[in-house]
Amino acid sequence: MRGALAIYQREMLILRKRFFRQLASMSVGPLLYLVAFGFGMGREVRVGDRSYLEFLIPGLVAMNSMIQAFAIASEINIARFYWHIFEEFQAAPIRNIAYVTGEILAGITRSLFSVAIIIVIGLLSGVALSYNIYFWAAVILNSFVFASLAVGLAMLVKSHSDQALLTNFFITPMAFLGGTFFPIDRMPEWVQQVLSLLPLTHASKAIRSAAFGERVDLASYLLLAALGTVLFVLAFHWVNRARE
Amino acid sequence: MIRIEKLAKRFKGVEALKGVSLRVGEGELFAYLGPNGSGKTTTIKILTGLAVPTSGDAWLHGFHVERDGLQAKRQCGLVPQNINLDNELTVAENLHLHGKLFQMPKKERGAKISELLDYIELSERRDSPVKSLSGGMRRRVMIARALMHSPRILFLDEPTAGLDPAIRRRIWSLVKKIQQSGTTIFLTTHYIEEAEFLAERVAFLDEGRIVALDSPQSLMAGLGAWAMDVIADGEMRTLYFRSREEAKGQVSRHEGGFSLRRVNLEDVFISVTGKRVLP
Repeated sequence: MRGALAIYQREMLILRKRFFRQLASMSVGPLLYLVAFGFGMGREVRVGDRSYLEFLIPGLVAMNSMIQAFAIASEINIARFYWHIFEEFQAAPIRNIAYVTGEILAGITRSLFSVAIIIVIGLLSGVALSYNIYFWAAVILNSFVFASLAVGLAMLVKSHSDQALLTNFFITPMAFLGGTFFPIDRMPEWVQQVLSLLPLTHASKAIRSAAFGERVDLASYLLLAALGTVLFVLAFHWVNRARE
Repeated sequence: MIRIEKLAKRFKGVEALKGVSLRVGEGELFAYLGPNGSGKTTTIKILTGLAVPTSGDAWLHGFHVERDGLQAKRQCGLVPQNINLDNELTVAENLHLHGKLFQMPKKERGAKISELLDYIELSERRDSPVKSLSGGMRRRVMIARALMHSPRILFLDEPTAGLDPAIRRRIWSLVKKIQQSGTTIFLTTHYIEEAEFLAERVAFLDEGRIVALDSPQSLMAGLGAWAMDVIADGEMRTLYFRSREEAKGQVSRHEGGFSLRRVNLEDVFISVTGKRVLP
């Protein structure tokens, strides 16, 4: 565990050094979506018995926690391809599982930080939802899934541009289609079935239900936990294979 | 002590190492000399756990680099060819991080950092961001970082590549000082004078094979003491002599142009492989 802690502390030190830049960078996306979709059209639109702004905030939480957890992949790739710091980790007497754990914890922390920013922005906009234990459990599981995916994929890509490609093809479409901006149950049945294959759909559903104080669907939590575990094992396997 | 037996490595169909075997004694300063692409870095990567051998075995102080990977890693410090310090962190933060990765207690880390920065004469840059340091300073910080956990073996992969001659000599003094403290040093270089100045024994590596291995003095003595570069039939050739007098006796035969100098390790490499270390 001390190895995992060392990796985690290094990532946190970097995050602390870039605190204000990170704060600005994590705030700008949610703010733009809130202004464009929330304040722009949100006042006129209602989803069920809630305002669109209320509907949107849990979606932004799901989307941003995914993006920020997955962003750990870029940090790993910069460390691997540009700064060669990954060699320092590989040469250290720590197990690969410690490396994977440390990086995933860093991804989850980044994600929680970004969620806190959205909650503050939401409160400033007059939207107070229920940020209960189910809400945080869903956020952490969502972050666990995407941080694990990020660590695994970061080991498979051969360059930083490959990483950008993965983000463009998987993360960006998921951000828009995973129940963040619109209610999936209004889509045709076949579209709903396709979208139910996306982990973000389940995360959005769980986060939104918890934030609205509704009964949560434990199946979504179990699914995210199972997927996160599978991706964690794959990440460990791929870190093992990253040695030349 | 380092023991390597029939170490081989194949990358995508290319044989980078072809059955290398050697031993390096405790406290020895050993140089691994060869042109770029000869397999020097691959050997170091296998010994430090960064690469997996295709076949063969290696031990660091009795710990097998694959089977006892974690214990083997504790025996060694690595200064890789690429500068791989965390640019955004300070000198001390980089050293602290290394200490944490090697599970050093906090108190011990602090004391060791002060000692090492003093050792590499960079105490005043303790809290400077790494990005503000010169290339030579960064190399010294990398050496200090590799020494943080007091390794018994230090691997230096081209430690002076790209540095100017004055800084290079400063690094050499530091390397000598480290060896005098009892650390075994395994150095790769393609600078002939670096191996000559520093090493007690030298292995020449060419296309993944060791083609010569001995002390620099013995290797050079095998050719002679003096070398005369002459131009004959439009081509430059080098003739070797046991003494200066013997060489002077040949001067009259080469009125077209010659230069007389001491034999060096480059001559040995050329005589064994027919190639230059630095093409």
